[in-house]
Amino acid sequence: MPDGSNLVYRYDGSFDGLLCCVFESYSKKEIPSDILPPDTLQTTLFPAKEIPTELEKSNRVLASIPQTMGDATLDFVRRAFLTYLPQKEWYILMFLRMGYRCGPSVMNMLADDVVNTLFKAVKHLNNETQLLKGFARFSVINNTLVAEIEPKNFVLPLLTRHFCERYPEERFFIYDTAHSMALIYQPYQYAIIPVDNFEMPEPDEEEASFRELWRLFYKTIEIQGRHNPKCRMSHMPKRYWKYLTEFGAPNKSARDNGPFKKISGDRTHLRQDFLLPPSGEPKARKED
Amino acid sequence: MDVFDKLKILTDAAKYDVACTSSGVDKKASAGGIGSAAACGICHSFAGDGRCISLLKVLMSNACAYDCKYCVNRRSNDTPRASFTPRELADLTIQFYRRNYIEGLFVSSGVLKTPDYTCEQMIETLRILREEYRFSGYIHAKAIPGADSALISRLGMLADRMSVNIELPSQSSLQLLAPDKSKHSILAPMGYIQNRIQENSTDMVKYQHAPKFVPAGQSTQMIVGATPDTDFQILNLTEGLYKKYQLKRVFFSAYMPVAENALLPAMGTKPPLLREHRLYQADWLLRFYGFTANELLDPAHQSFNPYIDPKCNWALNHMENFPMDVNHAPYDDLLRVPGIGVTGAKRIVTARRSSSLNFDGLKKLGVVLKRAQYFITCGGKIADGLKITQDAVLRSLMSEKALGMYHLNLPLNSEPEQLSLFEPATQPQLTQEDIQKCLTGQI
Repeated sequence: MPDGSNLVYRYDGSFDGLLCCVFESYSKKEIPSDILPPDTLQTTLFPAKEIPTELEKSNRVLASIPQTMGDATLDFVRRAFLTYLPQKEWYILMFLRMGYRCGPSVMNMLADDVVNTLFKAVKHLNNETQLLKGFARFSVINNTLVAEIEPKNFVLPLLTRHFCERYPEERFFIYDTAHSMALIYQPYQYAIIPVDNFEMPEPDEEEASFRELWRLFYKTIEIQGRHNPKCRMSHMPKRYWKYLTEFGAPNKSARDNGPFKKISGDRTHLRQDFLLPPSGEPKARKED
Repeated sequence: MDVFDKLKILTDAAKYDVACTSSGVDKKASAGGIGSAAACGICHSFAGDGRCISLLKVLMSNACAYDCKYCVNRRSNDTPRASFTPRELADLTIQFYRRNYIEGLFVSSGVLKTPDYTCEQMIETLRILREEYRFSGYIHAKAIPGADSALISRLGMLADRMSVNIELPSQSSLQLLAPDKSKHSILAPMGYIQNRIQENSTDMVKYQHAPKFVPAGQSTQMIVGATPDTDFQILNLTEGLYKKYQLKRVFFSAYMPVAENALLPAMGTKPPLLREHRLYQADWLLRFYGFTANELLDPAHQSFNPYIDPKCNWALNHMENFPMDVNHAPYDDLLRVPGIGVTGAKRIVTARRSSSLNFDGLKKLGVVLKRAQYFITCGGKIADGLKITQDAVLRSLMSEKALGMYHLNLPLNSEPEQLSLFEPATQPQLTQEDIQKCLTGQI
């Protein structure tokens, strides 16, 4: 089998697209040295092979994963796809190739380099998800809850279920500034859509006063005699502070009254089935 | 007085309560309601002292009728007083909750008028939250010692977790510093809550929709360093509480002087944070690592070693169990290796199913080899170029200076010497503590 040192795949950035790369790798008996998402600059001189996304192929691969490696492995791979690990596509391909060879026990091979790299990345994703369940801060604007987050991993699909179960009767909107995507929810329907140029509107008087109350609480609850900024920093890394109300997130000037501004992309895929576990797969990231 | 002033006063008065966990129960909002809870708990922020903020932790009222000497809210203290109305507190909780500032409410209170009246105020707050707002988030309520058991029971039906603070680890300390409380008045509600939890669990087997009583269990806390109680006493008490009352957590709080009193450490005394830390480490060993209090400390060693954590200290004194081979040792034994925690031990057990482990592999699993290498072998081999002696282990764990101090304070290789009253001349280095124990016949 060619080791693929001079072979590079390029796919459309979707999970289905990646599964088609797995299909291609098996049907052509080749292992690419990298799998590139659509908009990356190519760093090698070798020509990139465009892998078209065909649902027929990707569904075959999708069905085979739980059959040969178990449901937990599929969930793990879906999560791995949401991480910001460089070359995650290549690692996922190598991981799946191992999985087809040795079955569900691929999840136990923690001392293997590929498995270990993916486990670490997924752990980071899970940790960041858990942190953002706590650190996301909503503002009530026109009776809609609006939050901004800036995660490294694409965590919105993993936050969906949590916030839907938490605020079933509210309307909310969580904007991921790093990936220009947003989770929108109105009672019993949610969607993850691409959004660009969202700006947090100015808070009204009531909102401002609750922010002030929270800052007061935050300041007062500290026991001064035990001040320990290092401990706080290790639990709550500084990159999350930007959007935390307690550190006085700057009130940006309002351009318009509504909480939403210029939502692109269609909303036809609003789903009724939010109580099902959210699928681990992000919508195509580059629709704009 | 507006809600800003009240929040400031009543938060300030509640901040010495340690528990701020939101764990132990999994639920989602009921139809038309708001709020969920995750069994693992969620931290929403961390205060400047590094403590997690998960719940809106406030007192219902700090106008207390009692006069406990260690407490900032004692009757004789000259401090501004305030009380929330149940509606104010419920509204504030919901507004904070909507904005995802908090996971729920932690409500405690000074004894306002009588214990029963205080308890009724808390019940009304929780009723508004649970019934009017249909709030399913986390609520931790403090049982007020001395309140009627019917009221405690009602509070327990509304809350997720309840706690009764032991505050001081012995009856004599209580008598001295908290004249209005007694061991009985604290343990009675704790026992009552435990009985109700047990009754409730049989009810739930019998009736499918039996309402839940304190589903996340109960906890308690005690102050460390305000009284002469030793680590050994505190740890034994802790173990007893876990066994007898099935508590979910016992919290420790390093005493922060808030009042000048001849019976208490002077104002400006630093809180014994390291001691508190060691107690928490030992608490974890009790709950998750299968240790018992008597393994970690004994009457001859009543205090934790400040230089080494309790687990490492235990291992150094029991070198006959080591080194153990990570590829064969059972899970329970792996847990006793310094540098291997619950996660590490589970990963080792998982990973060694598919292939045998070497030191490189262990590192990838997240085992802290710096510690663990002195206590383990991989396939019968010890780590390359390693000398396993107690001294080498200590040297790797401590700085040169700390090591010197460690040796000065506690000669390591000497077994605790048998004391005999017939050879007083050969025991010139007897400490005051040793003598006292000798006389009271503890050795």
